Amino acid sequence: MVAVIDYGVGNLFSLISSLNNLKCEACVTSDISLIKKADRIILPGVGAFEDAANKLFKSGIAESLISIANDGIPVLGICLGMQLLFEKSYEYGIHDGLSLIPGDVRPISEVIPDNLKIPHMGWNSLKFVNDKHPLFKYINEGDFVYFVHSYSARNCNKNTIASTEYGVDLTASVAKDNVMGCQFHPEKSGKIGLKILQSFCEMKRGNIC
Amino acid sequence: MLTKRIIPCLDVRNGKVVKGINFENVKDVNSPVALAEYYSANGADELVFYDITASSDGRKIFTDILCETAKKVFIPLTVGGGINTVDDFDRVLKCGADKVSVNSGAINNPDLVNQAAKIYGDQCVVLSADIKRVKGDFHIFSKGGRIDTGIDAIEWIKKCVHNGAGEVVVNSIDTDGVKKGFDIEMLRVVCNAVSVPVIASGGAGCINDFITLFNSLDGVDAGLAASIFHFGEVKITDLKNEMKKNNIPVRLFS
Repeated sequence: MVAVIDYGVGNLFSLISSLNNLKCEACVTSDISLIKKADRIILPGVGAFEDAANKLFKSGIAESLISIANDGIPVLGICLGMQLLFEKSYEYGIHDGLSLIPGDVRPISEVIPDNLKIPHMGWNSLKFVNDKHPLFKYINEGDFVYFVHSYSARNCNKNTIASTEYGVDLTASVAKDNVMGCQFHPEKSGKIGLKILQSFCEMKRGNIC
Repeated sequence: MLTKRIIPCLDVRNGKVVKGINFENVKDVNSPVALAEYYSANGADELVFYDITASSDGRKIFTDILCETAKKVFIPLTVGGGINTVDDFDRVLKCGADKVSVNSGAINNPDLVNQAAKIYGDQCVVLSADIKRVKGDFHIFSKGGRIDTGIDAIEWIKKCVHNGAGEVVVNSIDTDGVKKGFDIEMLRVVCNAVSVPVIASGGAGCINDFITLFNSLDGVDAGLAASIFHFGEVKITDLKNEMKKNNIPVRLFS
C-alpha cells in the first residue's frame, strides 16, 4: 500500500487517479499510525515551503517520516514534497526541511538567464545524471515531463539523478538510497509520468531496484 | 529545453462537447472524456475545458465530467467559464483541474485574481482576455466578446499579472474565426508588457499559422485552438512534426 500524505497542501486528485490507474493500492492520510504501516510513502505538495514545513513539523508527520525513511521504506517527494526532503529552503526567509537529502532549495532566478520566464512551467526533457536510476527503468533519457516551479534544489550534486535544461541545468530528480524526489509532476506527465510512478510502486523496503 | 505548448480547447455544454467534431477512432465524438483521451494520446500538451453552460444543473454536470476526465487523462487541465468566485476555483480544482481561467469574473470582481492567487498560487490563475481593436486601441470585451468594457487591454493585463495571474491567454476577437493566422501585432504588445507565459488564441487556420506565430514571437509560450483540431483540419502530430522541422522546441513522443 502507498500512503499519500495529506497535510493540507495542494491538490491530490490527479495523483490518486494516477495511482488508481496503475492499479496501485493507495490511501490518502494524515494518520501517523497508517503512515507507519505503508509499504511506500508519497509526499506531495504545491504552495509555499514555510507553510508546508510548519504543517509537517507541527503535526508530528515530519518526525515519523524521518524514522520511516531511515527504516528503508521507499519515499517519493513530488514538487514541493521533493523540496521538503532537503536541509533548507531560501523561499521567503530561511526554513528547515526534513534533511533526508543533503542540499538546499533556492530561487531559480539566481541561476537562469534573465530572458527566461519564471516559473519554469511546461514540458521539458530529462537528462539522466550518473547511472540510470531504478525510478526511470521504464523511461528513456530525453523523455518529457511537466514542470511548474520557481525554486530548485541546489548543492545536491551527488544525489542528483536527473536534470533539465532551462538556460542552465536545473535539478529535476534526486535520490539518496530509498528517499527520492521529482521536481516535476509525474501525475501530470502523461504516460511517461505514469511509468515513473509505476517503478516507484514496485519498490520494496530495502530494495528499490 | 522548455517546449512550446499546443492546447486544444473544448467547449462543453450540458456535459457534451459542442461544435461538430469529426474523428476516426473516437466512438462518442461529443464525449469530453473520450476527446480528452484522444487528444492526450495524440500529442496535446494541455487541455482547456470551457464551461458554456448557463444553468446550475449544467454546472454540476460539467463538474462531474471534469472529474471523469481527470481520472483518465494525466496532462495539465485548465478550466474556464463561469468562474466568478473563489468557491468556483475550489469546485473545479477539487475535480482535478490544475489551472483556472478567469475572464468576466475578474472584470466583475477585480479582487478575484488576487484572492485566488493568494490561496492557490499564481501558477493556478490564468487570465483570459478577449481583446478587440477600438479606434486603434486594444479594449477588453466581456460576455463572450459581445460587450466593450472600454478597459485598456494592456493596462488590464498588467494589473492582473501584478495581482497574481500566472499566465495570460490572449484571444484576439479581430482574428478569431477568420482562420488567417494569429494576431501577431496584438500578441507582440502583450508579450512586451508582461513576463508571465502568454498563450495565443484566435485565428489559427493551418499548421503554418503556428509556425509563423512561434517564429515571430519568442515570448509566446503556447498556441490554443478549437475547431481546426476538432474538425481534423490540423492534426496535432503533423503540427508538431512541422514545428520540429522548423527548429521550434516541441514535445514529441512515440
